Amino acid sequence: MSAIFKREFSAYFTSPVGYAVIAAFVFFSGIFLWVECLHVGASNMSPVFQSMFFIMLFVIPLVTMRLFAEDARQKTDQAFLTSPVSIAGIVLAKFFSAMVMLLLCLSVFIVEGVALSFMTTPDWSVIIANIFGLMLLGAAFSAIGIFISSLTESVIVAAIVSFAVNVFISLLDTISATVPVDFLKNIVSSLSFQSRFGHFALGLFSFSDVIFFASVACFFLFLTDRVIDRKRWA
Amino acid sequence: MIKVKHISKSYVKHKALDDVSFTINEGEILGFLGPNGAGKSTTMNIITGYISSDEGSVEIDGTDIFEDPAAAKKKIGYLPEQPPLYNDMTVQDYLEFMFRLKKIRLPMKEHINSICEMVKIADVQGRVIKHLSKGYRQRIGIAQALLGDPPVLILDEPTVGLDPQQIIEIRRLIRDIGKTHTIILSSHLLSEVQAVCDKIIVINHGRIAAEGLTAEMTKTGHSTSNIELIVEGRRQTILSLLEKTDGVKKVTDKGECEKGCYEFTVESTKDIRRSIFKTIARTDFAILSMKPVAVSLEDTYLNIISGKSEEDKGNVSDI
Repeated sequence: MSAIFKREFSAYFTSPVGYAVIAAFVFFSGIFLWVECLHVGASNMSPVFQSMFFIMLFVIPLVTMRLFAEDARQKTDQAFLTSPVSIAGIVLAKFFSAMVMLLLCLSVFIVEGVALSFMTTPDWSVIIANIFGLMLLGAAFSAIGIFISSLTESVIVAAIVSFAVNVFISLLDTISATVPVDFLKNIVSSLSFQSRFGHFALGLFSFSDVIFFASVACFFLFLTDRVIDRKRWA
Repeated sequence: MIKVKHISKSYVKHKALDDVSFTINEGEILGFLGPNGAGKSTTMNIITGYISSDEGSVEIDGTDIFEDPAAAKKKIGYLPEQPPLYNDMTVQDYLEFMFRLKKIRLPMKEHINSICEMVKIADVQGRVIKHLSKGYRQRIGIAQALLGDPPVLILDEPTVGLDPQQIIEIRRLIRDIGKTHTIILSSHLLSEVQAVCDKIIVINHGRIAAEGLTAEMTKTGHSTSNIELIVEGRRQTILSLLEKTDGVKKVTDKGECEKGCYEFTVESTKDIRRSIFKTIARTDFAILSMKPVAVSLEDTYLNIISGKSEEDKGNVSDI
């Protein structure tokens, strides 16, 4: 399992993808920091994190698009599917490689917090809670992206479909407003990633939000495991 | 060592494998022959656990691939039809990755170096795989299959893309490894299977069309039971004498080849060269030439896959 993790993680840096993702993250978080904090003279970083939700929408598909689609296309899946490794182990190794990549991106907020500390006293609890929140959000998006990547042999298709799904998820709040039946409206809005992530951005740590994102991640990783196993029977 | 029992596999619209069973003993080299799409790769993919069969079981050294895949996979080194290479890695990194993936407990650097020497890729160990030629890529594929020194090797067309000298080297390598390992290899090339394998299985339309020891197949290839004969004498008398000889199935009169000499082809169920000689010797005719009809392995193979020996299925001595 560690072999696959290591290989996938280093693969981010043998292609431009890893660098592009980090660059996008640093660039946009920098812009948000400038607009929301430095320019207006505020020390509260919450709005920066709130804005990061949309960056996550398109960055995560780039991180996950390759993970299974490329192996299926290049037939390298034969290497690990004929090795003494369980499918769950393979899925988790790939998931963790995406997570560590994301953590690397998120570390930029530590740098921004330090930068801010030269001018004012940043609220470190908000920063840490938000990095944790973004990790959870990223875990859910990554699991969805990995699942979609396992369904196709095309890296591009994986990226586009994951992106579309993420956009749809971000629209759940808007959609729920139009649902006439209260019961359904509650279901749809409770699935909204955005409002749940919003709690973290405000510095509110809710156990139910943690469970929600963790469950979504587990659910899609489980589905991925099933898809890979199913392919063997097809 | 490998027991394949009644495996079948269907894809959406066709049956890829239909009730295939065979056994390979320790230290044997088995050759899989068959046209494209016959089911060679499917069989290999099932044995290695890459895909599942709909029915049947595969046992590797007593371990069932479906029940305990991790333990069974540890015993197998597999070279798929398309070597599973990561193009963005260097040869060394890739082999180290495969080494760890296979959970091998041997000194890594020395082990990888010795295998690279063996398949002659030591000169490109530091290079990125995507820049290498087909011959190198194929040999890297063989190298990764050899990692960990597994007791069973499954090689799907191992010499594809190699130049003639490399082919000879790889065949020699396979034969050397075969002294201590159990190997299954597939090939389009009859000469390759003949040169390397102890045992041959011909597979066609998802079924085993014929199987047997290479020696037997080759022996029946130069059949002593079918002979070509040139006899000097009276045509009709010779013909009836030949037909009356014990064991003769069919005599074909090929006509006069020289003045007063006639050519015949005799098909029989056993070696009848002696009885024909004695029969003719009792008359005042003379046998000018008698030679076995050379049926090459190619002919045998083509007969099998074109279905001519449908009724002789699985029976080597009759092919």
